[in-house]
Amino acid sequence: MTARAVEKLPVALAAPRALLWREAVRRFRRHRLAMIGATVLLVLVGAVVAGPLAWRLPVNEIDFTQKLKGPTWGHPLGTDDLGQDLLARVLYGGRISLAVGVAAMLIAISIGTAIGAASGYVGGAVDHTLMRITDLFLSLPQLPLLLLIVYLFRDALRKALGPEGGVFVLVVAVIGGLRWMPVARLVRAQFLSLREKEFVEAARSLGAPPLRQVVRHILPNSMGPVIVAGSLDVAAAIIAESTLSFLGLGFPPDIPTWGRLLFDAKDNLDFAPHWAIFPGTAIFLTVLSINYIGDGLRDALDPRRVLSR
Amino acid sequence: MDERELRELTGRVKAGSLSRRRFVQTMLGLGLTAPMAAEMLATAGVARAETKWSFNPTKRGGGGLLKTLWWQAPTLLNPHFATGTKDQDASRIFYEPLGSYDPDGNLVPMLAAEVPSLQNGQVAKDGTSVTWRLKKNVVWHDGKPFTADDVIFNWEYVMDPATAATTQGSYRDIERIDTLDSHTVKIVFKKPTPFWAAPFCGTEMIIPKHLFQAYKGDKSREAPTNLKPVGTGPFRFVDFKPGDIVRGELNPSYHVPNRPFFDAIEMKGGGDAVSAARAVIQTGEYDYAWNIQVEDEALKRMEQGGKGRADIVASGNIEHIGLNTTDPWTEVDGERSSMKTAHPFLTDPAVRQALNLLVDRGSVQDQIYGRTGIATANFLNAPSRFVSTNTRWEFSVDRANAILDGAGWKRGGDGIRTKDGKKLRLVYQTSINPLRQKTQQVVKQACTKAGIDVELKSVTPSVYFSSDPANPDTYAHFYADIQMYTTTMTRPDPQRFMDQFTSWEIASKENKWALTNITRWRNAEYDRAWKAAETEMDPLKRAALFVKMNDLAIQHVVVIPVVFRPWVQVISLKLRDAVKSGWDSDFWALAYWSRHA
Repeated sequence: MTARAVEKLPVALAAPRALLWREAVRRFRRHRLAMIGATVLLVLVGAVVAGPLAWRLPVNEIDFTQKLKGPTWGHPLGTDDLGQDLLARVLYGGRISLAVGVAAMLIAISIGTAIGAASGYVGGAVDHTLMRITDLFLSLPQLPLLLLIVYLFRDALRKALGPEGGVFVLVVAVIGGLRWMPVARLVRAQFLSLREKEFVEAARSLGAPPLRQVVRHILPNSMGPVIVAGSLDVAAAIIAESTLSFLGLGFPPDIPTWGRLLFDAKDNLDFAPHWAIFPGTAIFLTVLSINYIGDGLRDALDPRRVLSR
Repeated sequence: MDERELRELTGRVKAGSLSRRRFVQTMLGLGLTAPMAAEMLATAGVARAETKWSFNPTKRGGGGLLKTLWWQAPTLLNPHFATGTKDQDASRIFYEPLGSYDPDGNLVPMLAAEVPSLQNGQVAKDGTSVTWRLKKNVVWHDGKPFTADDVIFNWEYVMDPATAATTQGSYRDIERIDTLDSHTVKIVFKKPTPFWAAPFCGTEMIIPKHLFQAYKGDKSREAPTNLKPVGTGPFRFVDFKPGDIVRGELNPSYHVPNRPFFDAIEMKGGGDAVSAARAVIQTGEYDYAWNIQVEDEALKRMEQGGKGRADIVASGNIEHIGLNTTDPWTEVDGERSSMKTAHPFLTDPAVRQALNLLVDRGSVQDQIYGRTGIATANFLNAPSRFVSTNTRWEFSVDRANAILDGAGWKRGGDGIRTKDGKKLRLVYQTSINPLRQKTQQVVKQACTKAGIDVELKSVTPSVYFSSDPANPDTYAHFYADIQMYTTTMTRPDPQRFMDQFTSWEIASKENKWALTNITRWRNAEYDRAWKAAETEMDPLKRAALFVKMNDLAIQHVVVIPVVFRPWVQVISLKLRDAVKSGWDSDFWALAYWSRHA
């Protein structure tokens, strides 16, 4: 190989990579459910971001004359037992719930992938140690640990970031920090099988350093299950946040996250079902659409998968 | 409300222009107990109203099985070891006290032939002794007669520290007990004791000497009769599974003629309040269920077309908001809310007054508690007008704003008031309970309108109400600016209840937060009034002292009462005369219960 050829090589490689991405986008767009999911999620995100600007009723205006009203023009999603407008609350709470869900998912996936990759690629003593740490985390009793962490750090974080910001960081860290283990195991399993595959061997024999092997060759091929696990984690994080609120450890009780709305509504299911249905539907749609997007992404990013044209 | 006004009121009851019930309710509104109100009326010479039973059978028994449900199960059947009302109630099936309290707070003789009073001379004028005459035809379930020796034995048994009885507090003030004859005892107190009915009355039942004397002291827990009681009550012991069920059968030699009506009784424990309510109201499986803490909306829905109803009885339990007088955000010697600090702005009377005006008790009662919480109208306003129906607590955001403006609290750019660099920001904590979270939001909204920023905090009840000195989130630590919970007045006399504002009861690290003054408020005038009431023998003067203590606490806005919380139990529509007394066990009149077909 001449020096000139080496210089040209990146250019030559760049074209197929751009093609690969274009191909991925094309594949994703052909996945009908993923497209529906993406649209629904976009609408939801758009609604919680822009909605409160358009729907100007306050989230915490108590009006007992309007309590437990079903959907009307004035209150399209009805009201709760303090006469607070549910549409405003669902929109406001969605910001927090979606942010918590996505942030916690990202933390869980990043930690899980890093540990799984290191463990699966390096193997040996490192693998052994990391997997025992994973086991350790899996066997930790979550609730006492949560209590401990919250007691230790709540006041310090509250001082530093204010009541809502502090709790947000705490909740996201706690949920993300306790949910990475399944991801780590998934990634490790993928790595164990992929690192022996011919294309990795080829890369290795071409002299690719370990980091490049991992990032360029193994990781993209192991992302499928991780994306699915991640999409499920978003839902779990939204629910976990409501569990924390339930125990009085999460957000203050007057902040209407979706989980908190469901919790408040549960005693009134038989005569005010609208109260639970709307936030419930919001969680359901979010989770389902993220799941389908995950499906679509997995298919789109998997180079081995051949889509029928 | 001073002594003269109280005398005027009792005079009006005597003259018939004020009903007895209304008087008792008014006294409750002032923070007194019904037994105290009854004592005041007795002193004024108002005849005691006899409890009327709607059914007076001509023979014993014939009523079949009575099924009752306690969602906390009893664990033992010795009243002196009771660790909660569940054990007291279970013991009450078999044992009886000398006197019981009816719903109006009157002392009703059970094992006593009559109730002592200053008028009949059985209560000494100086309050140092009380003489009880015992009923003569009473026998224990095993046939042995009940005598003065049994009464004296109970005192000795309880006062032996090795017995480790939970009822010691009621007997501590007794100096000695003299036997005047086989059925008369004279209790001599160490000092003048206006509340002479603490020992042997209400939940203080009497156990037999002949079965327990071998088990006095450190062997007390080994007595077989701790689990197989032999008492004087309307039912004899049949079976007991601790933590599950108690069974009894009719006592054929019960000392009240033609009672009880039921042939057998079953007290089942366990479950939760909602399912207990369903078992009585919806399925009709049980006749009576105790202490139903269920939202009124839910109860009302169950009651429609149901087989039972909710029975709501006055009590001295007050849901209130306490204001911290110390600084919860500064740590001194390893504790926050330390006595060595002062709260940055809650020490300002204007802020306290404003907060008092920002609690919308009317909405809290109407929209949140329903029948299970009654706004404390008379507790707060000028006591001299308290009988009039137009005195009400006030809810006014405008007035709160005016007070804060007048005191120099200026609104900042964010709408929150500031003065001398201090911002009006509060942390408002309570336990997790849907009713309380709703109340929190109602208060928060009003505070926001008045330029006070409120952060809500809720703590899981098992932590909040625990007595763990290591946990900073308990109500006794009070590491918040304001907090809300219910104080229960379990005793028929308010003396012990009112010690929660005395300066020697302040909860702190030193006493592991075990004492009762949670707001850490100190007031010399209050302390003096409390000490005076402890030995004051004239019920009216004593009541006036308690009213004064209440007024002091309210005027200084140490606490903001929100609602009274009555006892709630559910009763089958067929059950008659199952009247609960807020001052005694649910089973205080068990012998008189009956059921129609």
